[in-house]
Amino acid sequence: MSGAAIGLVGYGAYLPSYRLGSDSGVRGTRVVASFDEDATTMAVEAARELVRTAPGSLWWASTSPPYLDKTNAAAVHAALRLPSAVPAADLVGSARSTFAGVRAALASGGLVVAADVRIGKPGSADEKSGGDGAAALLFGESDLIAEVLGVASETLEVLDRWRDPQRTTGEQWEERFGFEQYADLVRAVAARLLDEAGLAEADHVVVTSGNSGITKRAGALVKGALSSSGSPIGFSGSVDPLLGLAAVLDVAGPGETVLVLSAVDGCDGLLLRTTDLLPTRRAGRTVADQIAAGRAIPYPTYLSWRGLLDRELPRRPEPDRPAGPPSARASAWKFGFGGTRCIECGFVHVPPLRVCRSCSAVDAMETVSLADRTGTVATFTIDRLAFSPSPPVIDVVVDFEGGGRTTLEVADADPDRVDVGSEVSLVFRRLFTAGAVHNYFWKARVR
Amino acid sequence: MASKGIKDAVAIVGMGCTRFGERWESSTDDLLIEAVGEALDSAGVQRDDIDAWWLGTLGSGQSGLTLSRPLGIDYKPVTRVENYCATGSESFRNACYAVASGAYDRVVAVGVEKLKDSGFSGLLRADPPSDGTAAELSLTAPAAFSLLDPAYTAKYGVDPIAMREAMTHVAWKNHVNGARNPKAQFRKEVSRETIEGALKVAGRLGIFDCSGVSDGAAAAMIVRAEDAYDYTDRPIFVKALALASGPMRGGLDPAYDFTTFPEVVHSAADAYAQAGITDPRSQLSLAEVHDCFTPTEIVLMEDLGFADRGQAWKDVLAGEFDADGRLAVNVDGGLKSFGHPVGASGLRMLYEAFLQLRGDAGERQLGDPRLALTHNLGGRPGGCVSFVSVVGNERG
Repeated sequence: MSGAAIGLVGYGAYLPSYRLGSDSGVRGTRVVASFDEDATTMAVEAARELVRTAPGSLWWASTSPPYLDKTNAAAVHAALRLPSAVPAADLVGSARSTFAGVRAALASGGLVVAADVRIGKPGSADEKSGGDGAAALLFGESDLIAEVLGVASETLEVLDRWRDPQRTTGEQWEERFGFEQYADLVRAVAARLLDEAGLAEADHVVVTSGNSGITKRAGALVKGALSSSGSPIGFSGSVDPLLGLAAVLDVAGPGETVLVLSAVDGCDGLLLRTTDLLPTRRAGRTVADQIAAGRAIPYPTYLSWRGLLDRELPRRPEPDRPAGPPSARASAWKFGFGGTRCIECGFVHVPPLRVCRSCSAVDAMETVSLADRTGTVATFTIDRLAFSPSPPVIDVVVDFEGGGRTTLEVADADPDRVDVGSEVSLVFRRLFTAGAVHNYFWKARVR
Repeated sequence: MASKGIKDAVAIVGMGCTRFGERWESSTDDLLIEAVGEALDSAGVQRDDIDAWWLGTLGSGQSGLTLSRPLGIDYKPVTRVENYCATGSESFRNACYAVASGAYDRVVAVGVEKLKDSGFSGLLRADPPSDGTAAELSLTAPAAFSLLDPAYTAKYGVDPIAMREAMTHVAWKNHVNGARNPKAQFRKEVSRETIEGALKVAGRLGIFDCSGVSDGAAAAMIVRAEDAYDYTDRPIFVKALALASGPMRGGLDPAYDFTTFPEVVHSAADAYAQAGITDPRSQLSLAEVHDCFTPTEIVLMEDLGFADRGQAWKDVLAGEFDADGRLAVNVDGGLKSFGHPVGASGLRMLYEAFLQLRGDAGERQLGDPRLALTHNLGGRPGGCVSFVSVVGNERG
C-alpha cells in the first residue's frame, strides 16, 4: 500500500429470480434463492463483475454458512479466480459480521461480500419479511467511487434475535423491546459520524436492522437530506446494510454523502462521500431492476427447496458426493470454469484435456477460463428422470463464443425460454448436495 | 484398414438366451445357469468340455468368480469384461479371438444383467470418485439420446411431426416383432396412439421410446471353424468383429451436430471390410441394432449404410425395416421390446442372428437369410463405443 487513503472502488448486488407466490399468503415481493443457490454461490454472483484485479483480501459474511469447519470464502475465492496469496476468511454468525468485514476490507483494500438465505418457519415474520441475496463492496486506493469519511460502532448485549446453531430458523423477542434498545444507538452512531465529518446531515441515509421497527422508522430516526431508506427487500441478514448501500449508489449523484447504519447487537455506521466516478462505475443491474425482475414460484416448491417439505424424488439413485482429491486437482475447472486451449491449433477443450481433440498435440495447452463467456444453445433436452432437488432438469449443449463446447444444466430453468440458438451465460451454482458435500459447479442461464 | 479380422476362423455352434424381463424369481446366478445351460445343450457339450470363459456384465458382479461360482467351474480361465452397453458383444469378441489365436478350442461367451433388483428406473452407474462436474453424472440416458431428435429435424428440415411419426414407427414395429418372440420382455403390440401419448421421460421421448429395463442372460459357444460340424450341422460363421471407441469429441466440438455416431460409422466400415461386404443393403439379410431409444434406430440406419443421410426417417415410415421390408431390423423386438439387460444385449442380438440363420426363428423366421449384422453401442451421442459384427451360415 502506498499510504493513499483507501476508499470504495466498486459495489455489486445479486438478487435471485424467485419470489414467493401468492399461495404463500405473502405479497409477491419476498425474494427467495433457488434450490441450487446458497450464501457461497450468491456471493460469487454479487462479486464477479466487481473484481477485475485481485483485491488485497476477501471477507465473506453470512448468517447461513453452507459449511462450518471449512472456509466458505475459499470457494468464492476459487470461483473468482483470485491468486492464492489473497487471504480469504469467513465472518459467520450474526448479521453484524458484515461490518467486521467492512472494517477488515477497508484496512487492506479488500473485498467484503455478504450473502444469505434467510429461512423462516412457515407463516413466520422471517418468512414474510425476510429476503435472500448477496452484496459486495470493493475497497482500494485508486479510482474511488466514494471516499470513506468515517466508521463507528456501538455494541450492545441484547436478546432480540437468536438461533440454535442446529436449526435453520430463529427466534425473536417482541419487536418493540428491540426498537427501544436500538433507537438511541442508531441516533448516537449517526451523530458521532456526522460530527466527526463536520456535517449537519447526510444526503442519503440507509438504516437496516433485524428489528423491523427500526427499518420502518428509518427516516424518523435519522433523516437524509435527499433520501432515507431501510432494507430494499426486507431483512436479508448479513446482506442488508450492503444491499441498502448498493441501492443508494445505484441512484446517488457525485459528491453526495451516504450514511449507512446497521442496528444488530449494537449499531455500526459507515459514512461515505461519492466521487465524480460513481456515475460511470455503477453496478450492471440496479437493485431496483433486480427486485422488479422476479417471478413467482408455488409455495410447496419453495418449502421443498428449503427442506421444510419432504417431496417424492424421481426413482433414481442419489448422486455420489464429490471426492476431495479429484475436486482439488480440478479446482481451476470446477470452480473457475477453466478449460484448455491448444497452443498448436487453438481448439478449446471444456473440460480441460491434455491431448488435443483436433490436432492430437500433447500437453501443448494453455488454461483459459470461459466463466465470463456467453454461449449459444446447440441443442437441449428436458430430463424428467434425472435426480434433482427440483425436477425436471433442463440440459443444454453450449457452444461458447470464441470456441469450446460443453453440456450444462440450466439454472432457474423455464422450459419455455430454452431453444436451439438461445444465448446463455454462466452462473455459479450447487448441482446437488450429497454426503453433506455441496457440489459447486457452473450452470447455464438463458439471457 | 486397421484390423485384419478373423473372417471364417471361428464359428458359433451353440447359443442360449433366457426370457428377458422382470425376472423377480431369478437371481443373477439363475440367469447365468439358464443361458449357459441352453448354449451347452444346443452344442451337445458339457461344462467341463469348455476350455475358457468370458463373462460380460456392467454391474451385476465383478471378476470371473461371478460366473465360476454359480456354475462350479473348476480352475478354468474366466475373464470378466465391461464396455458399457456393448459389454455382451465385447465378451463375444474376445472369446472369438481366443479361439482364433489357437489358445483354446472351445470357449463360451456369456453376458448377464440383473437390473430390476435395484428398485430404480434405468441403469445404475458405478462411477469412480470424481469432482462431480461430468454432465453424464446427472443427464440420464434418455435425455442424452433425446438430443438426436431436434438436431436431426433441424439439420434435414424434417417436420417434427413426421419425425415423431418415424420414432413412433420404430417403437410400433419393434413391439409388433417382440409380440412374436416368446423370450421378449414385452410381448404385446402397442398402438401408435399409445406410443405417442405416453408419459414423457426426456425431450420428446415417452416411455415407449425407451428400451425395456430388464433382467436376462445370453451365451454363445465358440469353436474353430474347421471343428464346427463336429458339434452341429448348422454352425454360424463369424465374418467380422469390429469395435470403435470414440475420443468423445462430439461433446467438445461445436462441429458435431448430434445426427450421427462417428463411432458407428467407423466400426461399420471396419466390419464391412473384414467381411468383404460392399453393399450392406443388398448383402445383409437382417440386422439387429442398438435401438436403445427410437431416434437412435433412425440415426443408425444411416450410420450403418442402410439409408441415405437425411432419409432414414422416410424409409422407416415406408416400412423398409419392418419384418417384411427390404431389410428386417430388430425382427426379435430389439432392445425396445425384447428388453435391455445391458451385459446380455450384445449376445441376445447374436442369438437372434443364430436362430434366423439356422431357420429356427419360428413365427418370425425370415426367408432364406444368409448374412446377419449385429450392432451394439455403449455411451451416448458425442462419445460412445460401437460394436458391429457380421455372421453368416456359409463358410466363405
